[in-house]
Amino acid sequence: MNDVKNILLVGVGGQGTILASKLLSEALVNAGYDVKMSEVHGMSQRGGNVSTQIRYGTKVYSPIVGVGEADVIVAFEKMEALRWIEYLKKGGKIVINDFEIPSAPILMGVAEYPQGIIEDLESVADVTVIKAADIAGELGNTKAMNVVLLGALVKALGIEGIDWDAVIAGGVKKGFEELNTKAFKAGYAQ
Amino acid sequence: MSVILSGNEAVARGAYEAGLVFASAYPGTPSTEVLENLAQYKDSLYCEWAPNEKVAMEAAIGASIAGVRSLAAMKHVGVNVAADPLFTIAYMGATGGLVLVSADDPGQHSSQNEQDNRNYAEAARLLMLNPSDSQESKDFTKLAFDLSEKFNTPVLLHITTRTCHSKGIVTFADRVEKAAIPYEKNSAKYVSVPANAKVLRAKLEDRVKIMEEYANTCEINKPEYKGSKVGVITSGVSYQYAKEVFPEDTSFLKLGLSWPFPGELAKEFASKVDKLYVVEEMDPYIERHLMQLGIACEGKSLIPRFGELNSDIVRKSIFGTENDHSELEKQAVNRPPVLCAGCPHRGFYYVLSKKKNYAAFGDIGCYTLGAAPPLSVLDTALCMGSSISTAHGAQISWERTGSDRKAIGVIGDSTFLHTGVNSLMEVAYNNSNVLTCILDNRITGMTGHQQNPGTGFTLTGEPAPEVDIEALCISIGIKAENIYVINPLDLEETSRVLDEAMAKKAPTVVITRWPCALKKFSEQDKKEFDLTKKYCAIDQDKCKKCKACVKTGCPAIQTQADGSIVIDKASCMGCRVCLQVCPFDAIEEVR
Repeated sequence: MNDVKNILLVGVGGQGTILASKLLSEALVNAGYDVKMSEVHGMSQRGGNVSTQIRYGTKVYSPIVGVGEADVIVAFEKMEALRWIEYLKKGGKIVINDFEIPSAPILMGVAEYPQGIIEDLESVADVTVIKAADIAGELGNTKAMNVVLLGALVKALGIEGIDWDAVIAGGVKKGFEELNTKAFKAGYAQ
Repeated sequence: MSVILSGNEAVARGAYEAGLVFASAYPGTPSTEVLENLAQYKDSLYCEWAPNEKVAMEAAIGASIAGVRSLAAMKHVGVNVAADPLFTIAYMGATGGLVLVSADDPGQHSSQNEQDNRNYAEAARLLMLNPSDSQESKDFTKLAFDLSEKFNTPVLLHITTRTCHSKGIVTFADRVEKAAIPYEKNSAKYVSVPANAKVLRAKLEDRVKIMEEYANTCEINKPEYKGSKVGVITSGVSYQYAKEVFPEDTSFLKLGLSWPFPGELAKEFASKVDKLYVVEEMDPYIERHLMQLGIACEGKSLIPRFGELNSDIVRKSIFGTENDHSELEKQAVNRPPVLCAGCPHRGFYYVLSKKKNYAAFGDIGCYTLGAAPPLSVLDTALCMGSSISTAHGAQISWERTGSDRKAIGVIGDSTFLHTGVNSLMEVAYNNSNVLTCILDNRITGMTGHQQNPGTGFTLTGEPAPEVDIEALCISIGIKAENIYVINPLDLEETSRVLDEAMAKKAPTVVITRWPCALKKFSEQDKKEFDLTKKYCAIDQDKCKKCKACVKTGCPAIQTQADGSIVIDKASCMGCRVCLQVCPFDAIEEVR
């Protein structure tokens, strides 16, 4: 039970956290791990914050990552890393997309987007900053930033022996295999 | 074959493997994906969206009477709608296996309440199964059909948000076809006149005794004896949390079948441990049964009675400890759900927010978000279909007590067809001066774009007749001159019509008709509406930073740190609402 690894993918509805989680969890199943993944649908899709949780190891019970249990948090949006920070293990890793999506109170000008998030996170965690939107944009489609982040996550986890080309080819929309394979590799190389 | 499936996908797979022939549902988070996933097996079975949960339940009952395995699926509050047939079919029993999937939402991720539907099993006397993960969701679904036929009972399959939407590894088996049980007329069983129902009521008690014997001995209620110090009785996903938290030498009694309650088994388990805990979400359902049996235990004195559980809460409740964790002083800004960019409801709500002396009785759907700032239009949101009837009660009462406040019901197309139509009949029949606004966005939006009787397609994508909402209103007694059909993105037209409609002393209906911005448009949508790709942009030289556009609450409109306002081109859908509210003509459309 102690070998269970916990990952949180956090972001904003529509950023593709679910696809990235799906690719990762299917790869982990194929690699022989017991895997549980949890997501919440419904109202949170309408511009709200979303989280996907993945736990893998020899035997996994709870589908949810507890406070202080996450080995890695992948923040698809910068402020979301802040929201979920208490779930990170002391000294855990954060892979963070240097990308801001202002929430409704910020859009309306009644709150300010917090400044200096990355510096603060660096004081408590091992942080890898990725400009995933720029990287995906250079590859031809900013929407592929979710798979760029997946590549960076896989690097951070140090999982080996998975044929990612096959996982991506089998898990993404037809016609987008090459883009996503490139996106994964670009993220992994960060 | 093993694959990773959500609980809902696993229920669908289990039903398919069990030889299911008929399935019906009304979408509702967290249950929606059960039927969406059954649709992939449409060559082997029949599945459909029903207009509401009562209809879905009754259709499934009809299929069971016809001798085949059938299923109805719904969210917890949907069972309230279906409760009428449910309580009586429990008397009658099942012919073909009959399963009700009740998906509860502890923590109210996407619901107006968090009622514990395990109480329904006890109240209606339905055999209940409680899977704790995806594999069990599949296995228990199959077992549910067997038990339904074996004991002549409908089975309530109780799942919760975390079982529905968590994925785990599931092993597949082949589908086993079941021949239909030959139909025989049996009025003593299926005609619930009092003379028959009284006999059925007595027989139900006999059946409960037999089911209780099974509950005490069945494989899915097997205790895991690990030690004699501490024992835990639990059920559903709570088992997974408890397994994370309690030490290795804890004994577990996990109830896969929790109604009829396996009292003898619980007594035996309790006698073998020094200290007994009950770990369960929401109501003290198991605990109450233990107390009735005189079994000492600790449960809700430690564990919260409401909200969703997790390992952290169970750990803190039982052992008083918390995980060490990272912390920062800086806080993230709240990120509430909002009406999407391009949402057709925005134009309607913006205009209504400028009107005076009314109360807007809302309903359940995306448009409930019209209650949130900056629009803040809705006064209420109670349950599916309630907007029009609550408005009616208020309208009559205000008139009788000397208030000239106007009661307005605001309801979506799918919710109107669900149960709102009955409420509009109430308004027409009793000649009430309510203004009903039906926001027709051509789809069931909030649950993720399911078809409904008004959209022209079925669950499996086949073309279907469309309910003509305007004609329906006329046929139930609303006069044609009191019905308006408008484009809610045309603010001038919307405002003029709302003024006229609010002044009417008669049952009046405004239908706003424009497709959801996220919808996959049908050929008919493309013909009827101008859906060409366009967006709006702010001319910074003309912009006076008055924030009129920001007050529409559109997430594409952003206030920058320097106070300037921009429209995010990637998010903008070109709905032109901001363009119409700008007093300085600073916003233009770009094609």
